[in-house]
Amino acid sequence: MLKNTALTDVHVALGAKMVPFAGFNMPVQYAGINAEHETVRNGVGVFDVSHMGEFILKGDRALDLVQKISSNDAAKLYDGKIQYAYIPNETGGIVDDFLVYRIDEKTYFLVVNASNIEKDWNWISKYNDYGVEMKNISDRTSLFAIQGPKATEAIQSLTDIDLGSMEYYTFKKGTFAGIENVLVSATGYTGAGGYEIYVDNENAVSVWEAIFKAGESVGIKPVGLGARDTLRLEMGFCLYGNDIDDSTSPIEAGLGWVTRFTKDFVNSKEIKRQKEEGVSQRLVGFQMVDRGIARHDYPIVDAEGKTIGRVTSGTQSPTLQKSIGLGYVPAAYAKEGSEIYISVRDKQLKAVVTKPPFVK
Amino acid sequence: MSFPSELKYTKDHEWIRLEGDEAVVGITDFAQGELGDIVFVDINTTGEEVNKDAVFGTIEAVKTVSDLFLPIEGTVLSVNEKLDANPELVNQDPYGEGWIIRIKPKNLADAETLLSAADYEALVKS
Repeated sequence: MLKNTALTDVHVALGAKMVPFAGFNMPVQYAGINAEHETVRNGVGVFDVSHMGEFILKGDRALDLVQKISSNDAAKLYDGKIQYAYIPNETGGIVDDFLVYRIDEKTYFLVVNASNIEKDWNWISKYNDYGVEMKNISDRTSLFAIQGPKATEAIQSLTDIDLGSMEYYTFKKGTFAGIENVLVSATGYTGAGGYEIYVDNENAVSVWEAIFKAGESVGIKPVGLGARDTLRLEMGFCLYGNDIDDSTSPIEAGLGWVTRFTKDFVNSKEIKRQKEEGVSQRLVGFQMVDRGIARHDYPIVDAEGKTIGRVTSGTQSPTLQKSIGLGYVPAAYAKEGSEIYISVRDKQLKAVVTKPPFVK
Repeated sequence: MSFPSELKYTKDHEWIRLEGDEAVVGITDFAQGELGDIVFVDINTTGEEVNKDAVFGTIEAVKTVSDLFLPIEGTVLSVNEKLDANPELVNQDPYGEGWIIRIKPKNLADAETLLSAADYEALVKS
């Protein structure tokens, strides 16, 4: 049974094409992926990403629990600061990638992928030897991402928070669209800048409508998951389930930058060993040289046609009008400029390893 | 969504229009809507004889790729060269400027076996 978000009827009324995604009935596009993509790069667009999961961890030892399950060093957080990290499993893979918000010294707010809500909940519960009170508020929380260079202009009138002064990966609570105590964070998954706003389901429709009314003069538009994928891929951001999963090494995936060995965490010894000794393959970005579009699971081959890896994400970049992708290749091919080939059905098409972001 | 009555259709969402002893083939308005923004039309069968329902090329949208199936047996004569620079014509005008290939059918009468506009409309709306 597909779950709806609080906005499902609104999306249908807006003419969205709805698709099942991670168990939710979600809008994949409204006007078209290219147009929506352009809206976010150059104007401002709004995504309903209420399918995402949210947990609250509260207690004297909440930090200890976060430190145990998270790859990053949550002790570096301060009130109002957000950290990107992943949850390593015990066998070398990744349970999920997620965001950690520090509400206060004893309260952390975690944002996880929709497809992993139950898995993450069970995982974190399993490690909760610290008496931390855990709350899963996913089902009653709506999340809107207002993204693009005109995001501040579009929604500043709705809130007492000075949006322009917020640094990337920080959050504040304030009044938003007449609702008190709304969490507004300067985050996103597009590289275009903007905010993510967490509201209770009962206020979701009125907040959504207020956002569109406030942003009307700057041409605010709804944007679906299709453009969300092309936007994140242009930045080279990993997508759980595509580029990383239960069996991929975080070091191979390039997540060493959010891996901190300043504390002990699940599987940290093995991950540290990989980081020190190096890994045999790497997740790299590439751009197609020959004409064709790389897609998830297409083989990556060498000049002789021998399979050396696989594409994990691929699309036509709406900004570059070129095919871009991510994929795992042997370390010898990971250097920028390396020539690789993508096996696109019956053809072997040339591509070149390119360091993301693809769009600066 | 439109279903021009002068065309014949397939269950795979291609259309065909007879012009003298040749025919023009494209994808339907429904198909372009389902695929979304089309970014690349790849035809590798120019000059070849292709069987009915065989793949004559592929069409790439931002999100997905789909094979193109020939509605009736024939020889692929030419490709709509405008699609090279403007693949979005398939979205904008699927029955006109967004046509895909021109063929020489082996038997013109084969087109009679295909779906009428009414049949096809019923198919996609069912």
